[in-house]
Amino acid sequence: MAQSGVDHALGAPPQHLFRSLRNRRTALNAVLTITAFALSALAMLPLFSVLYMLIVRGAPLLSADLFTQLTPGAGSVGGGIGNAILGTLVVVVVATLFSLPLGFMAAVYLAEYGGDAKLAITVRFAGKVLTGMPSILAGVFAYALVVATTGRFSALAGGIATGILMVPVVMLTAEQALLMVPSKMKLAALAMGANRSQTVIQIVIRTAMPGILTGVMLALARAMGETAPLLFTALFSDYWFEGKLLEPIASLAVLIYNFSGSPFPNQANLAWAGSLVLVVSVLVVNVIAQLVTRRQEEQ
Amino acid sequence: MNTEAVADKDDQGTDQEAGTVPDSQPKEATTAPALRDVIDCKVNKLYYGSFLAVRDTHVAIKNNEITAFIGPSGCGKSTVLRCLNRMNDFVPSFHFEGSVHYQSQDIYAANVDPVAVRRSIGMVFQQPNPFAMSISKNVAFGLRLNDYKGDYAERIEQALRGAALWDEVKDKLNNSGLSLSGGQQQRLCIARAIAVEPELLLMDEPCSALDPIASRRIEELMLELKQKYTIAIVTHNLQQAQRVADRTAFMYVDTSAGGRTGYLIEYRKSAELFSDPQEQRTKEYLRGEFS
Amino acid sequence: MFRVVAQSFGVAVVLLLTSIVVQVLRHAAPAMARHGLGFLTRTHWDTNHDNYGVLPQIIGTLYTSVLALALGGVLGIAVALVTSQGFIGKRWEVTMKNVIELLAAIPSVVYGLWGIFVLIPAVRGPAAWLHEHFGSFPLFSTELSGPGIFPAALVLAIMILPTITAVSREALAAVPKRLPAAAYGLGATRWEVIFRVVLPTASGGIFGALVLGFGRALGETMALAMLVGNANAFGWSLFSPGSTLAALLANHFPEAGKVEVGALMYAAVVLLLITLGVNAIGSLIMLRTTRALKGLH
Repeated sequence: MAQSGVDHALGAPPQHLFRSLRNRRTALNAVLTITAFALSALAMLPLFSVLYMLIVRGAPLLSADLFTQLTPGAGSVGGGIGNAILGTLVVVVVATLFSLPLGFMAAVYLAEYGGDAKLAITVRFAGKVLTGMPSILAGVFAYALVVATTGRFSALAGGIATGILMVPVVMLTAEQALLMVPSKMKLAALAMGANRSQTVIQIVIRTAMPGILTGVMLALARAMGETAPLLFTALFSDYWFEGKLLEPIASLAVLIYNFSGSPFPNQANLAWAGSLVLVVSVLVVNVIAQLVTRRQEEQ
Repeated sequence: MNTEAVADKDDQGTDQEAGTVPDSQPKEATTAPALRDVIDCKVNKLYYGSFLAVRDTHVAIKNNEITAFIGPSGCGKSTVLRCLNRMNDFVPSFHFEGSVHYQSQDIYAANVDPVAVRRSIGMVFQQPNPFAMSISKNVAFGLRLNDYKGDYAERIEQALRGAALWDEVKDKLNNSGLSLSGGQQQRLCIARAIAVEPELLLMDEPCSALDPIASRRIEELMLELKQKYTIAIVTHNLQQAQRVADRTAFMYVDTSAGGRTGYLIEYRKSAELFSDPQEQRTKEYLRGEFS
Repeated sequence: MFRVVAQSFGVAVVLLLTSIVVQVLRHAAPAMARHGLGFLTRTHWDTNHDNYGVLPQIIGTLYTSVLALALGGVLGIAVALVTSQGFIGKRWEVTMKNVIELLAAIPSVVYGLWGIFVLIPAVRGPAAWLHEHFGSFPLFSTELSGPGIFPAALVLAIMILPTITAVSREALAAVPKRLPAAAYGLGATRWEVIFRVVLPTASGGIFGALVLGFGRALGETMALAMLVGNANAFGWSLFSPGSTLAALLANHFPEAGKVEVGALMYAAVVLLLITLGVNAIGSLIMLRTTRALKGLH
């Protein structure tokens, strides 16, 4: 019979079907499960802590003043973050103007024309490297390219630096979106006599637009919060943006950085208020991006 | 007392003590081990959520026999098989009214550890599923789980011989299990299951992913294995059931209430079921499949 | 000719990358010539005496990233396991996944702010206790006065957690369900199935997740600049202030004079090389490990 002698050799007592914590394997299993859950809770804790701080320390400052007043100098009370908000918008616009055409068209090349060509492989590789590049190096480059040559710190330099960080995100997500366009659509267009460019422009890009937009928005969300590229390119300013791109400009990110080390409570509070505005903006953009993809999936 | 008839005999529970011999002897050869129920499965109602998947199915599996479950797709044969080693537990909405008596225990009792149940009941799946490790590590997996203190190499060889795979892999025990052909992988899975010498071996359509030649080899293997093990097999291949099974349970689908609920029609010795089915449904099914 | 236009943009991207490298090298060249390789081994950053060395920063960069990887890796893989191995229902898995993804949406500078106001004060107490009782152990040999290696590494771990979790989950999902089923059939407990079957099978992908996380940690700037302390020395103690290459650049660049800028450019080159090197090694290892798992699908 299959039973005799086997269980002893296996080291398990026969007929031991009962659940018991004294069984080493069962106890170990329970301990590991508890540990894993504890670690997971630990991992989620910082998010709630950050959100809590944003609300507790940032929300009290929400007022019209916050959005309309200029940033106070060191030691001053009052003021707001209006110029910083505007400055962030300006920088992001410059960054998008720089990165969107570049990333998008490169993605079109990769998805539609590149295939496995040597150039395509190189472009993809460049994209991957750019993704992993420390953000401060984008700032260093923009410094070398713009600040050193123009002799001044400027919003333009900051925009370019931020744009560099956006390029790989735009390029890679746009490529994905373009590749997802079903080939039967392309074949249908070609069969109707459209040439390659027409197919790509009118059919492929059109269809992939939601996905591309999502990618752009995700890149945007990231760009809004980038600080390192702006530290020595756009610097900071306590004044409103007046259309001069070759001047330093305020930004939420640099504001937070500058005020984080301030011993004055007013500045610290403004840093939290700025963080709240920044995080909410980033989340809103992310949510919009997700809604766009969901609407496309439903079609 | 007719030991092979399907009966809602509650006193069958008393025959479940491991190692005891039931009172009536079968008519088989006197050298065969005494016939007893290895596992007695009573499914009154089996639900996935609110969907009644199986009802009124009572099957007792006898030692050193091959018991086959046959029937059209959706009749619940795999579901019933997976009840025997509590593998249905992994479906979140699974809910079961009934009992499965094994080693004098209802394994669905609250204080029973399903892990312990699965230690002594082996399972071979439809799709061969060797682990992504060497052949010997595959076979030794169960031994290692249970802290086997004996000679691993010996047990591995024994199991591979038992699965009729030893000669083909003895020189490449360190190769990945994935490097074998489909039929070999399935025999590897069988070796892995029998390495721990389970009391009951469950096989869920073990040949449906294999070519006919590999299938036949597995069937021959089953006939050899039943001398040492008790086997329960689900198959959609009636000829296969006829060839290997000692007893066959035929299940069917009840669509009368709007859903598809499986239930047991007939459970008898295969020879009798296939040559002279008692139930109308069985007759229709066999006729339909064989014509 | 649309095709040519698109192609030229592709070229432009490559040019962008190369010009970044070239520009940085160009501006660093004079400093590289002047300070030579000793730059990599000296430990002082002295503007007044034109004496620059980034050894503490190099070690600091690697040290904080390794610590972050250890912490973030353990947490990240734990979350990945809890949300994929059937511990909790589908809905909870998705919820937890979203919470972890939210972690990734928070900008680095906000984490820095949080670190200063919440984490450092919170850690100070336990750090003092550890220093008092285990001060002889090199990791606890100094007091935590404020910024330091540990808070920085902790925040870094939180920042790379979403990446590690997401990629690990993908790797775990790629393990065919029939393999754990076989292990359960043999009577393994859930964690035995995880450790003996699922994790080994998914190990290539999980390793990739860790490599990616490590790369992210290396590239992180702001939270480190705000939390690591910017000391010029390096100490093994978790609670001592330290410095990293990125933090060095962030802190010194804005007010640097021409000479110092040159040295900073040199530091930027070092940072670039380290990140490129790690990413390259990571990609290579990923290629080798994915090849080993052929035949599973």
